[in-house]
Amino acid sequence: MKRTLLLALSLVVCANNAGAMDRKTLTIASEGASPPWNAITPQGELAGFDIDVGRDLCRRMKFECTFVPQDWDGIIPALTVGKFDAIMSGMAITEKRKKSIAFSKPYAGGFNQVVIRKDLNLPPTDTLAELDLTTIDPEKQAKIEELRAALNGRTLGVLRSSNSEAVLNELFGKVATIRSYDSQDNMHLDLVAERIDGGLADYFTWKAFLDSTDGGIATLYGPRLSGGLWGPGVGVGLRQDDGELVAAFDSAIEAATSDGTLKRLSEQWFKIDVSPQTSN
Amino acid sequence: MSMTIALEAFLTLPRGLLLTLVLTFASLAAGFAVSVPLAFLRASSNPWASAPVLAYTYAFRGTPLLVQLFLIYYGIGQLPLVRQSFLWAVMREPFWCAFIAFTLNSAAHTTEVVRGGIQAVPRGQIEAAKALGLSRFHTARLIVFPLTLRIALPAYANEVVGMLKASSLASTITLLEVTGLARQLVSETFAPYEVFIAAGAFYLLLTLLITQGFQMLETRWTPTANRPPPAQPVPRRANGKPPLASAET
Repeated sequence: MKRTLLLALSLVVCANNAGAMDRKTLTIASEGASPPWNAITPQGELAGFDIDVGRDLCRRMKFECTFVPQDWDGIIPALTVGKFDAIMSGMAITEKRKKSIAFSKPYAGGFNQVVIRKDLNLPPTDTLAELDLTTIDPEKQAKIEELRAALNGRTLGVLRSSNSEAVLNELFGKVATIRSYDSQDNMHLDLVAERIDGGLADYFTWKAFLDSTDGGIATLYGPRLSGGLWGPGVGVGLRQDDGELVAAFDSAIEAATSDGTLKRLSEQWFKIDVSPQTSN
Repeated sequence: MSMTIALEAFLTLPRGLLLTLVLTFASLAAGFAVSVPLAFLRASSNPWASAPVLAYTYAFRGTPLLVQLFLIYYGIGQLPLVRQSFLWAVMREPFWCAFIAFTLNSAAHTTEVVRGGIQAVPRGQIEAAKALGLSRFHTARLIVFPLTLRIALPAYANEVVGMLKASSLASTITLLEVTGLARQLVSETFAPYEVFIAAGAFYLLLTLLITQGFQMLETRWTPTANRPPPAQPVPRRANGKPPLASAET
């Protein structure tokens, strides 16, 4: 009995070593709670845009990939201590995150938006307008003030550790009460329960919720927000000492962009094209 | 290990201390108030009195507090009936949901602790009370209850420490007590070690204070006859210092 255990253990160790040496296997983490970026199917498997892109990139890099779910608020520390090798979870490339981890080129663009409950009857806004927060001129400032006035005194939810949390605190922290949730799903529940008046999150994540039966109570509000703390787009998160892997992902993403795979997957999951070519 | 982050954590986390303490001790106080009458019912030989209490304590002690908290917070929020009632003014606040969940859970545990104490009161003491002509209520109030407190004290100290630690679950429903603030700080710094070590240190300190407090109570409430003999005063040397250990001599 002991011998079989020992044998099994040494096999596992060997397999791990082999994996580390020629890097033929790769473990990729995804949150699994932000559809259509990533979600967990009723069968308990990860699915979504991130996962499909990941499979395609792995195929190009000739890697054997496994996807594992990981809660959002621990996803970066878990990568740095080596629980897995990469993050593909709709994660925006930002300067702050770059201090802890490395990023591939963006594999998607995208934007964020405020959602509020319909029963608040706020004055209607142009929800198709775009507001890039990278540089702020007086005209943009006026739009921000408008939004700030509408959200004055409201309670807003946001996903903990997200860039949206940082933006929400910066833009509305002084006028609104902010509650941070450990998952987007729990925030949806509280929105339906009317514990919060609205929230700020990735547009596509909202879209999936707003189109659901429960989501009918809420609506998009204000312009599409991007840039600033959100950075240039969504990339693969990797360890800083994994330079080779960053390069491998970069060239795979370039290939997937130029042959239209990213565009196709994006249209399949989001109904619009958010591939890097068009969003940058 | 970054000292700046650790320092930031030590400066930030005390802001959550008040909420942690309020949640813990308010739930414990309410739980205790509920549990004493329940414990007497539970200890009674009448099955109509004890069975419903048993069902309650069994359910709340047998399921994780996190599940209870989610059922009360997210579950009840799903019912339109509750949302339209006057109850919603209370139930929509994360604080009150946490307070209710913690109180129900603590009351269930405390009921069993107190029940154990009641049943451990020596029969002779109760018979003596009866012989003196005390009514059942007076026996309970003057004899059984004080003795129960003394017997149940060590077990109850565990419940208090347990509740302190369990209060960290409030961070899952957006409350920013010590753990909630720690999780927020981790999300800003991506440095879980420094922040959670600091949070752990705060809980450890609180636990230390609580156990010390209960130890003092235990000593005070122990009948003098059962107390360990007080430490003999150490004879002092001429220079006022206590004699050194044998190493010197």
